[in-house]
Amino acid sequence: MESLSIFLHNLTQQTLPLWIFVLLSIVLILFLITLPFAGFATYLERKVSADIQARIGPNRVGPYGLLQFIADGIKLILKEDIIPTASDKIFFRMAPMIVIIGSFSMFVIIPFAQKIVIADLNIGVLYILAMGSFVALGTIMGGWASNNKWSLLGGMRSAASVISYEIPAALALLNVILVSGSMSFGHIVDQQKFFNWNLFHNPFLFISFFIYFISALAEVNRTPFDIPEADSELVGGYHTEYSGMRFALFFLAEYADIFVICAVATAAFLGGWHVPFLNYENIAEGVQLPLQFIITLTKILVLFYVVMWLRWTLPRYRVDQLLGLCWKFLTPLSFLMVILTSMWMLCFGGRSFYGIIIGFFS
Amino acid sequence: MIDFKTIVLIFFGALAVSSAVLVVFLRNIVYSAFSLIATFFSLAVLFIFLSAEFVAGVQVLIYVGGILILFLFALMLSQQLSQKAVKLSSTKLLPAVLLALPMLGIFLFVIYQTDWELVQNIQMEEGVASLASLLLDKYLLPFELASILLLGALVGALLLARPGEK
Amino acid sequence: MELHFYLTISACLFTLGTIAIFWRNNLIAILMGVELVLNASGLNFVAFSKYTSASLHGQIFALFIIVIAAAEAAVALALVLRFYQSSSSVDVETANKLRH
Repeated sequence: MESLSIFLHNLTQQTLPLWIFVLLSIVLILFLITLPFAGFATYLERKVSADIQARIGPNRVGPYGLLQFIADGIKLILKEDIIPTASDKIFFRMAPMIVIIGSFSMFVIIPFAQKIVIADLNIGVLYILAMGSFVALGTIMGGWASNNKWSLLGGMRSAASVISYEIPAALALLNVILVSGSMSFGHIVDQQKFFNWNLFHNPFLFISFFIYFISALAEVNRTPFDIPEADSELVGGYHTEYSGMRFALFFLAEYADIFVICAVATAAFLGGWHVPFLNYENIAEGVQLPLQFIITLTKILVLFYVVMWLRWTLPRYRVDQLLGLCWKFLTPLSFLMVILTSMWMLCFGGRSFYGIIIGFFS
Repeated sequence: MIDFKTIVLIFFGALAVSSAVLVVFLRNIVYSAFSLIATFFSLAVLFIFLSAEFVAGVQVLIYVGGILILFLFALMLSQQLSQKAVKLSSTKLLPAVLLALPMLGIFLFVIYQTDWELVQNIQMEEGVASLASLLLDKYLLPFELASILLLGALVGALLLARPGEK
Repeated sequence: MELHFYLTISACLFTLGTIAIFWRNNLIAILMGVELVLNASGLNFVAFSKYTSASLHGQIFALFIIVIAAAEAAVALALVLRFYQSSSSVDVETANKLRH
């Protein structure tokens, strides 16, 4: 764990070329992780949706259609980049960039394995929540700059859903902070050895996990909460006017966001790289990191599958139902969970459910 | 030779001030709102340099993710799409500047004339945990009052923004 | 010297905020000016707490300022929307009636 200010301080104390090198390598790593993943995710999404709808899905480009996303990418790059004359040119161009910066910068603190994390910040949880708001801002900016009523409505809906759902998401993560006593994801994961997953720490954290997952889904505008881009009501929502590569950036950011929320859920609730009956101290040094990486990635992909599964099974919410769900159900429930979790921590001295059961037998 | 930290500091300081200038003087109010993002963000970076990471995180979370989105929401509800620029009266600019500039002068005079009692060898405590214990110990009463204030604001805003009975 | 840097920035932001409050006609722009003023004071608190006492007390004040700014923005924007509903304008010059 490192303090953000010390991180920044060390970064800026270095001589100029090294600083630029560090920054460039961070950007490079981000792109190396996110771009192939987001590309692969689109392929996965098509395959999963096809499976759910009893179709075959993409099968023309490459074996099993695996190279479909490259073909898609080339198509999107080659497409004409249209900027409507009545639009606001500067913000129209800036909006996809802000969205992509917001969602890619969240990758900085995702812990893939004990040492595979770009910066394990001491305010990790807060950082994730804060950067998420940039995505919403980019969405609103794009919606406004398009000068199109569908886009504007989409942007406003996105604003409404983001401000509302940030509250239950943040409160659900607050329970994790209460239990772990730290905001750094490395620390949070380290505390979840064997059975000590935060998910099973106490009944209230179990509920918090679902609160977080639902609110995070709503925050990244994912079906069944995708009212900002509801194509049956708003044509395409905030990205109606976008085409070509700019549209692709919105698209990439959406998948990157989903990956981030799955990774955060994994690290905060599902134990990161820890699984029951696996003690990393008994495993050879060289195998540890790859094993941790594979376990984390598996968990993330399982959650990712759940997200897609939800998308292709559930119908879309109406906008008033969406906000009603947040303000009348999830927010009070998450406040209740915070109170109950703190009471649990007080009553049982911070021990988990598993710890109490073990305590009976020893 | 200026070290790199100074350059970054000056960059973000200048960004904060120049984007604030844009916030105040741009004709189009939506542009003002968007350039307010830059002000808030660069202030957050300055907070990090002041070893106040938690405040920086909260700054971005609340200001950019909450207040600014509220502003944009209100702007979009209260403005027509076609009328992009809002008229500004320039008659009031002169008194405003005449009032504000002496104030700036006084501020700068005070800042540069006062002999501040500075702490040598700054050793900050480890951030978030001690901030939390301070907040829930010494500042518990203001903390609770702030929660009551927020509840009141929530109810009040809901009551105000509701369409009338008539 | 670093303290002077932060104080100068915050003085500039405060001045710009007051100019916005005095000059702007649009209610929302005035609120933006208020946010600038609040931010400037927050920066002052944090800078002073680092350079004159190396403690965290100033940061607490900055946090309270942010909380109050959030509450203020919510209520004020609700008022703005209410005002817009009754007079279909957000210009403070048109707010010269005692009833709607």
